[in-house]
Amino acid sequence: MSDEVIWQIINQQFCSYKVKTVTQNFCRNEYNVTGFCSRQSCPLANSRYATVREIDGVIYLYKKNPNRANMPAKMWERVKFSKNYSKALEQIDNELMDWPNFLIHKCKQRLTKITQYLIRMRKLRLKDRPKLVGIKKKVERREATRERKAEAAARLDKTIEKELINRLKNKAYGDTPLNVNEEVWRSVLESDKVEVEDDITSESEVEDLEDENEFVENDSEIELEDLEDILEHHQEKNEEENSDTEGFEEIDDDEEEEKEEIEVKADNKSKRRTVNKDLQPKKKKRGTYVEVEYEHEHEQSISKVPTW
Amino acid sequence: MRFRSAFLLSKMNSKLASQIKNKIKREEVHAKQRQEKNRRKMELRLQRRKEEAKDPSKKENVPRTLENTREFDETIVEAEDTEVFEDEASDEFSSYFKEGILPKILITTSKRPSKFAYEFASELIDVFPNSQFVKRGSKISTKQIVGFCTNRDFTDVVVVNEDKKVPYAITLIHLPDGPTAYFKLTSIKLNREIQGHGRSSCHKPELILNNFNTRLGHTIGRWLQALFPHVPEFQGRQVATFHNQRDFIFFRRHRYIFKSKDKAELQELGPRFTLKLKWLQKGAFDKDGEYEWMFKPDLETSRRRFFL
Repeated sequence: MSDEVIWQIINQQFCSYKVKTVTQNFCRNEYNVTGFCSRQSCPLANSRYATVREIDGVIYLYKKNPNRANMPAKMWERVKFSKNYSKALEQIDNELMDWPNFLIHKCKQRLTKITQYLIRMRKLRLKDRPKLVGIKKKVERREATRERKAEAAARLDKTIEKELINRLKNKAYGDTPLNVNEEVWRSVLESDKVEVEDDITSESEVEDLEDENEFVENDSEIELEDLEDILEHHQEKNEEENSDTEGFEEIDDDEEEEKEEIEVKADNKSKRRTVNKDLQPKKKKRGTYVEVEYEHEHEQSISKVPTW
Repeated sequence: MRFRSAFLLSKMNSKLASQIKNKIKREEVHAKQRQEKNRRKMELRLQRRKEEAKDPSKKENVPRTLENTREFDETIVEAEDTEVFEDEASDEFSSYFKEGILPKILITTSKRPSKFAYEFASELIDVFPNSQFVKRGSKISTKQIVGFCTNRDFTDVVVVNEDKKVPYAITLIHLPDGPTAYFKLTSIKLNREIQGHGRSSCHKPELILNNFNTRLGHTIGRWLQALFPHVPEFQGRQVATFHNQRDFIFFRRHRYIFKSKDKAELQELGPRFTLKLKWLQKGAFDKDGEYEWMFKPDLETSRRRFFL
């Protein structure tokens, strides 16, 4: 098909590359040198044609020859341009000797444009520029919800308070803390002492006994015999401790004996005392824990009362 | 007939309360039954509570939360993980922990900041002791800032990034050798927006870091710790908290007072904000730096998977 026929069709009927606007028609064909839809610059309607294209940063000269018009697959001949701009211009002159002046001129223009934008691209790449990242609305919304829930789960005020109290109790602020009221600090120290004492009493029963002795002396109801018994036991224990050879089991045995004796003697005593003894936990002896007993009763009564 | 009425009576006792035809009687019986039921319930509940207090393993009714059903993460650091601790001893923050270098922080904004960025930055200066604000020139790149700050012995750079004229992210750069982290910044509340807020004093605050468990979390936690001076001034009674919950890092600042040994009262000083790590990169804001960790939607395979 001759060029003229093709152009007639493209111009007057239809071309899929043609973009019509009010003022001007454009061409979308990649091989078009100018981008306009015109007789001269149409790559389809010219059997002798040339263009400049950039592929991945390399510029090529594309030539179309009427000799190869019968082989569409091999229609275009590609020549790589030199990286030197002036040499590349010379290359155009040499390669496009037989081509129309219009195409030579347009190819040169296009070469200039492409080299310039490549230079600019490379400069920008080297420059330190912020990278723009799209914000996804859906993801943002999801994260906002999760954040809200996480904040609720964190219970920040409570955890912070707990941590601070922990630090205070673990003496993280030193022995004379600057951030604590004296009274509070004293109460912390006291609670510490109480804990330590509890540990000691649970480990060795000796101190317990001594305490009891004190109470016993104050108690008017206790007979002298009891006192003597206790003192004897106490002495025995001390002796054993001094010998350093006894084990814990031996002490336990002694205690059990002691309890039995006490139970026997309890029968002789007044009713009130025996009642007290029954209610006491086993390890604690004698009627020295009257108050403790009431506390127990009180607790029970509280737990029984339905409180709705 | 007598027999029959007796039979009816016995049947009536076993009847449901709703089947009693006399309304007043029905209500009475029903109220009694309900009371009895509630009482039993309460008793059980109290008993259970007592048992649970004694032995926490008895707790059956523990709600399933995202935290306690968290997906197993092999990088969670155990208390005796010597390998990790050796690793950490030689990381970028060891200069703070070992050599005791005082942190010195530069705070700046993105280019062409809005009023909000300045406001937020001014609150950040208040939060971090030994920090200073520098106005960002519109032509100075972050990499240049990093260079300037390294020469002036800064240890960290905080850049408040903006989107749509609202602070949107924080780029945190540790100097001289990195790393660089990018946090999404949400729910900012400035001091003045918090109800009942206090005024901060210039004392160095103490620090609470919660739930930084994994290897990545450890790095972030160490870093946040390294932003504050080693020895807090306890007389100021100020505490800054970074609390990690489900990968959201909540920042809060309070002044506290110990009311008793079990109670501390908190007054918020502000600001509040939430950080979410987006990426962590080796090197001080290198363009081609290796990403140690980067959030991608692919990573989010489950709601029970957390990275910090």
